[in-house]
Amino acid sequence: MSFEEKLTWANTVTTVIVAAVYAWIIGGQIAAGPVTDIAYQKPMIIALGAIVVLTIAGAIATAIGTAVGVKISGEGSVDDIDRKDERDVHINRRGDLAGYYVAAVFMFGILAMTMLEYPHFWIANAVFVALLAAGLTSSAVKLVAYHRGF
Amino acid sequence: MAKPTRVMNSIRSLRFAASEMTQAKLADRVGMTRQTIIAIEQGRYSPSLEVAFKIARVFGVSLNDVFQYPEGQS
Repeated sequence: MSFEEKLTWANTVTTVIVAAVYAWIIGGQIAAGPVTDIAYQKPMIIALGAIVVLTIAGAIATAIGTAVGVKISGEGSVDDIDRKDERDVHINRRGDLAGYYVAAVFMFGILAMTMLEYPHFWIANAVFVALLAAGLTSSAVKLVAYHRGF
Repeated sequence: MAKPTRVMNSIRSLRFAASEMTQAKLADRVGMTRQTIIAIEQGRYSPSLEVAFKIARVFGVSLNDVFQYPEGQS
């Protein structure tokens, strides 16, 4: 598995975990009362920050893990850790494009919600979901491309 | 599962003919990752023309000796 693929996995796992924790914290409050009373702002900012920080931490851990794996197994090279070639670039582009399409579709829905004057809670969370969905779609397309070929 | 490219190659046999050059060594010589060399060998990735020329140059052969495209395919 290339280092870029490992990073994509780390990013995917991080995003899924953070999204699940956020959904668990906020989702439990939706049934309890009106959404206008839910203080979603701080958890959402923390969640977005956590994705960034944990993705960086994941990249560092992946690099260390790869280096240790090379030392133990003797296979591969530590030079591969930060090596990125044209295939990685092409796969990244394809994934990012897929993520862009997903985000664009979500934006139409969010635009409609705004026009219909939905509560800020729903609009903010729809944007949050759009970001997560775009990121996960991008990662999924990249991982499929790494495995099936490109 | 259909391969994403019809381009075939002889990299594997050329590597063995070149003192059993490893995929890692070839990757280093052309500035690619080992995983990309594996993907090219297995027909899961078609490299750019520039990389194709680099690979041919490593083995000291022409591009046609490394990469082939089936006859009758448009």
